[in-house]
Amino acid sequence: MPQILVENLSKTYRVSERQPGAWGAVKGLFARRYRIVEALKHVSFSLERGELLGFIGPNGAGKSTTIKILSGILEPLSGRCEIDGLVPWRDRIRHVARLGVVFGQRTQLWWDLPVIDGFNLLRDIYQVPEAEYRRTCDEMVGLMRLERLLDQPVRQLSLGQRMRCEIAAAMLHRPSLLFLDEPTIGLDAPSKLAVREFVKTLNREHGVTVILTTHDMHDIEALAERVIVIGNGVILADKPFERLRSEVFTERRLFADFVGDAPLLDIPEAQIRNRDGNCVELSFDPAVISVPALIERITARYELADVRIEQPQIEEVIARFYDIHGAGEA
Amino acid sequence: MAAGAVPLRSYRAIFAARFMLTLQYRVAALAGVVTQLWWGIIKVMVFAAFYHGASHYQPLTFAQTVAYVWLGQAFLMLMPWWGDPEITEMVRSGNVSYERLRPLDTYFFWYLRGMAWITARIVPRATMMLLFVGWIVPAIGLGKWGLMMPPNRAAATLFVGAILLAVLLSSAILMLINILVVVLVTDRGPSLLASQIVTLLSGILVPLPFFPASMRAVLFFQPFAGLADIPFRIYSGALAGGLAFAGLVQMTIWIGLLIAIGHALLGRVMGRLQVQGG
Repeated sequence: MPQILVENLSKTYRVSERQPGAWGAVKGLFARRYRIVEALKHVSFSLERGELLGFIGPNGAGKSTTIKILSGILEPLSGRCEIDGLVPWRDRIRHVARLGVVFGQRTQLWWDLPVIDGFNLLRDIYQVPEAEYRRTCDEMVGLMRLERLLDQPVRQLSLGQRMRCEIAAAMLHRPSLLFLDEPTIGLDAPSKLAVREFVKTLNREHGVTVILTTHDMHDIEALAERVIVIGNGVILADKPFERLRSEVFTERRLFADFVGDAPLLDIPEAQIRNRDGNCVELSFDPAVISVPALIERITARYELADVRIEQPQIEEVIARFYDIHGAGEA
Repeated sequence: MAAGAVPLRSYRAIFAARFMLTLQYRVAALAGVVTQLWWGIIKVMVFAAFYHGASHYQPLTFAQTVAYVWLGQAFLMLMPWWGDPEITEMVRSGNVSYERLRPLDTYFFWYLRGMAWITARIVPRATMMLLFVGWIVPAIGLGKWGLMMPPNRAAATLFVGAILLAVLLSSAILMLINILVVVLVTDRGPSLLASQIVTLLSGILVPLPFFPASMRAVLFFQPFAGLADIPFRIYSGALAGGLAFAGLVQMTIWIGLLIAIGHALLGRVMGRLQVQGG
């Protein structure tokens, strides 16, 4: 029995529309027009305990709507959803007691309170026993290196510091399930790395099931084995990231540094993408020409100084994928 | 409550946190006291002139009216003029999402917070005001303009009970304003509406006994009377015995009713909540 089971989930929003101009405003007073936006269309997936799922898609694709339904905040139009045997929006109080959620663009800590006071308040709200709380709190503070932040009011923290506190705060009641909605948005590199490291520890060592939405593909690359891509409210792909990559892009890149000026290579199986000074960038399909064969062809005629082979950047993979499916933001 | 037992520890912590946080605004409290003293003096002088010129029977004695005015100034923050600023801010920023992630009944979660906010603003202001008009003003020989003592112990006891009920009532009305703020996604309209109704119907502007006799029964039984009129008249003995008791009963009934209505409304509003973006 999977921990999370989602079947045929649909959700629509009603958005009021106004015709432009003064006359439109007057007309709107009498007859309001609404447009129905389908945020989710028959979304189905399931998740086993201890999995780490990356949930990606362009803005407005339905990621946050899904997270909010799974959190019990929103009620779907139709469909079924069960998490540990509970229906999130119907058994909300029992469900959220064992759930941790971080919305990267919002704050759950009390703006005017020192971090530790906010933590203590959450302890009381979730009714965590004191001994257990001490243990969890110390562990989170250690993992996220929060010792020096605890006495500061939340409003004085930098975004990176705050996000570290937010994620620790979401774990104080030891949830078995963690939803992270764009946790690395706007963070600097060290903070992003700290967040990723922390999520990895929670998932691998504590067995916490994690759903992560993000626009930062490096988050996905570093964390998620399985990825769901969603666009216009429909699931476009649900598979391990490496499979997604190899399906979208068969090509690889070879960067060759030559001793002396870069030659005008003539290899029909590979295309020259770029040539600059003594460096050439080639793109090729390993199914057509293997890496050793390609290098052999080059070294047969020229003297190589250095060679490296790269896969296309993950951002490129995803952008191409959105393109193929026409899922870019409208 | 789905989980069975009421999570008292959670609610106590929520109340305490908001209470302490609100209590920090000492300068605002002090400024409020000065302003309310000033307005109180003006109102007392207006009533003095009124009583001086009026020849026929008045519904309250001058001392009772003065007590009504000073209590009104001391307990001004009991009035639910506006929605809870914390809730308003959350509605604006979309942080309402997080409220739904707490394993608590959202209505009582917010009710306790609102009650803490109301109480923490009353305590320092009322203490300073009552000390000044009930003790210092009579001590310097201006007793006629100060706050009379309750006529007997029964009146004093009933007054304390009535103020406690008034805090519960005010919090219930505050919740209705909050719900309107959530629905409309702005606090402007709800606050404007609330402040007009509360000002008129609580008696804080013109004591309710001074309204035309034909309206008095209706005014006594409407929910806003419990915010000022009933407690203040109990204090001065203008509402005693069976009438005082009737006042407390009507307050209790309204508290229960308004909480039940608010609880049902918030449940429905949250069911179709739309939090977009992010």
